[in-house]
Amino acid sequence: MTFNSVAQIVVHIVVLAVIIRPLGAYMARVYSGQYPGMTRHLKSIERFIYHLGGVNPELEMTSTQYSWAVSRLSLVSLIAVYGIQRTQSWLPWNPQGLTNVESSLAFNTAVSFVTNTNWQSYSGEVTLSGFTQMFALTVQNFVSAAVGMAVLIAFIRGIHRTSTQFIGNFWVDLTRGTLYILLPASAITAFVLVGLGVVQSFPATIELHTLENTPHDGVPVGDPPEIDTPKSNAPSSPTAILPLGPVASQVAIKQLGTNGGGYFNTNSAHPLENPTPLSNFVQMISILLIPAALCHTFGEMVQDRRQGTALLTAMTVIFLPLVFGVAAAEQYGNPALSRLSVDQRASDSQSGGNMEGKETRFGITNSALWAVSTTAASNGSVNAMHDSFTPLGGLIPMWLIQLGEIVFGGVGSGLYGMIVYALIAVFVAGLMVGRTPEYLGKKIGSFEMRMAALVIILPCAAVLIGTAAAVMTEAGRSSVFNPGPHGFSEVLYAYSSAGNNNGSAFAGLCANTDFYNVTLGVAMLIGRFFVILPVLAVAGSLAQKTKIPSGAGTMPTHTTLFVSLLVAIVLLVGALSFFPVLALGPVVEHLELYVH
Amino acid sequence: MSRHFRTAAAPIFTATRMLLVFTLLTGGVYPLIILSAGQLLFPYNAGGSLLRDGTQVVGSEYIGQNFESSHYFWGRLSSTPDFPYNSGSSSGSNFGPGNPKLLIAAENRITQLRKFPVPLVDIPVDLVTSSASGLDPHISPAAAEYQIPRVAAARAMKEETVKQLVTEHTELRTLGLFGEPRVHVLRLNRALDQSAKRQIESKD
Repeated sequence: MTFNSVAQIVVHIVVLAVIIRPLGAYMARVYSGQYPGMTRHLKSIERFIYHLGGVNPELEMTSTQYSWAVSRLSLVSLIAVYGIQRTQSWLPWNPQGLTNVESSLAFNTAVSFVTNTNWQSYSGEVTLSGFTQMFALTVQNFVSAAVGMAVLIAFIRGIHRTSTQFIGNFWVDLTRGTLYILLPASAITAFVLVGLGVVQSFPATIELHTLENTPHDGVPVGDPPEIDTPKSNAPSSPTAILPLGPVASQVAIKQLGTNGGGYFNTNSAHPLENPTPLSNFVQMISILLIPAALCHTFGEMVQDRRQGTALLTAMTVIFLPLVFGVAAAEQYGNPALSRLSVDQRASDSQSGGNMEGKETRFGITNSALWAVSTTAASNGSVNAMHDSFTPLGGLIPMWLIQLGEIVFGGVGSGLYGMIVYALIAVFVAGLMVGRTPEYLGKKIGSFEMRMAALVIILPCAAVLIGTAAAVMTEAGRSSVFNPGPHGFSEVLYAYSSAGNNNGSAFAGLCANTDFYNVTLGVAMLIGRFFVILPVLAVAGSLAQKTKIPSGAGTMPTHTTLFVSLLVAIVLLVGALSFFPVLALGPVVEHLELYVH
Repeated sequence: MSRHFRTAAAPIFTATRMLLVFTLLTGGVYPLIILSAGQLLFPYNAGGSLLRDGTQVVGSEYIGQNFESSHYFWGRLSSTPDFPYNSGSSSGSNFGPGNPKLLIAAENRITQLRKFPVPLVDIPVDLVTSSASGLDPHISPAAAEYQIPRVAAARAMKEETVKQLVTEHTELRTLGLFGEPRVHVLRLNRALDQSAKRQIESKD
């Protein structure tokens, strides 16, 4: 790896580390109802929203009521997103004259956006109208992210509060997360992105008269000796159409809300969605920003900052080596191309490496850093095509997803997943010394452990059973694009992505079939709601307990020892669950490609 | 009956009303604010960074175009549906590293390149691989350098003159740190055409 490569990665981490602490503290204040600085002025809007929604913000909810509220909002959202897609041809802002979306695809897309997955079976610019993108998808980008954060905050309240049934008001948490955090952050980011070249216009299509295909009015094209003239004066290809739309506003929230669903088919690899290295930097920072900052929010809300730092450290310890791993694997390049006397070495005049499916302006470093960030956080946006990564370069992002999206993870969902792992870590430590495990003064009983087990097992099951079902059926196999073990990886990646609400893909897989739309849709529902519901149940159960003072036998959960234990358990569970299946895909492919 | 129904359905009404409020706020107000602010302060960027020749839109600064003639610099391979650099439908090849089609595409490009004069060095990798979007407007400086002999021969220009133009159109890393050095293919090719035009005019 080059010096520049390391420097770009280090600067990224440092910038992130500097901004997340103040942001984390700000978010903690927002959710406790204290509004710092300028945001005080939003208070009247907040009250107006409660008025319009018919919500009493003073009313606290039990964990059951909270779960019902989450479920109802998600159900209504599902119906709305499905309905808009099915009727878009009759709705405004459809300059390309797109037809209504077919039912299994509409189901898949609705589930995908409501579960904060943003798996895209469709191709943005040729399937969904501007209206659908704005009023169905962008809305869910905010709402599904705010739901994740609300559930996390309720979970933290459950851990911190004592002897109560109540864990907050879902509508209040939802509104505050959207109004004070996601909206201002997205507005700033979107505005910066437009300044850096991202499109933000009304939905429209532009005809491009491209240089080579347009006869120039008498101007000779350099008067070349006729070695190889263009085929004729007439355009050799149809006129190119360039679709434009409100891209920047969607990109900002797709990154900040760990949604990942782009405006264009190739997401943030599309030059109008991510035109420059600086727009790329801003977008990459926004992927990890809120999930990382929420660790500090956690520390603030439980009144022990070290607890948040410990979880953040554990995430970073897993994250960093994997970034360098992917960068090294991609920089090494494709041996099959080396045999054709292709130069893949990094130099001052090229980034070299495995450039298939990567953009020149991003090169290897930014593609690798993005791939690891987007799969660590359950974001799923891409700036390079993961399907064309080297076997090991593709294995790492896939495994990060399979770890359950807890290394930073989705906004809210990442941290509540990580806290569940922390509960398992104290449980394992408790087993070793024969004491009842406790976390932040709360005894962890068998109910909490049963729920924690569900949180881990159900998404794993969705991934493995889904993959098995797909490779055993003709409907599943016929969608595979690449031959050999790589084709298996495509299927495995799809179910990993859906079952853990990531949304990125080995995009060669033709996922827009009834089989995949339905099965992946079900996997996404499991990965979202069969985690949220047990987590809220644990929150309710912990809130009712009293705090016990820590004694000599209490395992402190902010120490290096605990961080190591936590990392070990995360890696162990991930490895045990998925190494066998990874061996069938990327590992075999690596051996085939490199060992000759 | 109706009162009973209302009590049972009240929570669903709350959810529906809240979703409607958020739809207006995040789906309507938010993009429109960014839209008006963007169009007002950065009209060029917000409008797609379109390049015009008089009234005709000849391209976007950020969208690559297909070049196959020998007197133009060629860009990355493009795997967009229907035709290369189809800006209406971005797409990568999604070929895995071991996919034979990846090698066939690379071999075809190599054959094309070698029909013309080329330097005696290995071929820069970005010239034989597809970009992620299929619309990559850039190539690496190495890839541009590799094509100088062909373009110079096709245009009967001195290699130094072409090289000069390539250097002028090479963008370095932003702030010396971010991204990768690159050459904007469309701008370079337009500059080539313009310099040819100037030459003809000066001859007249």
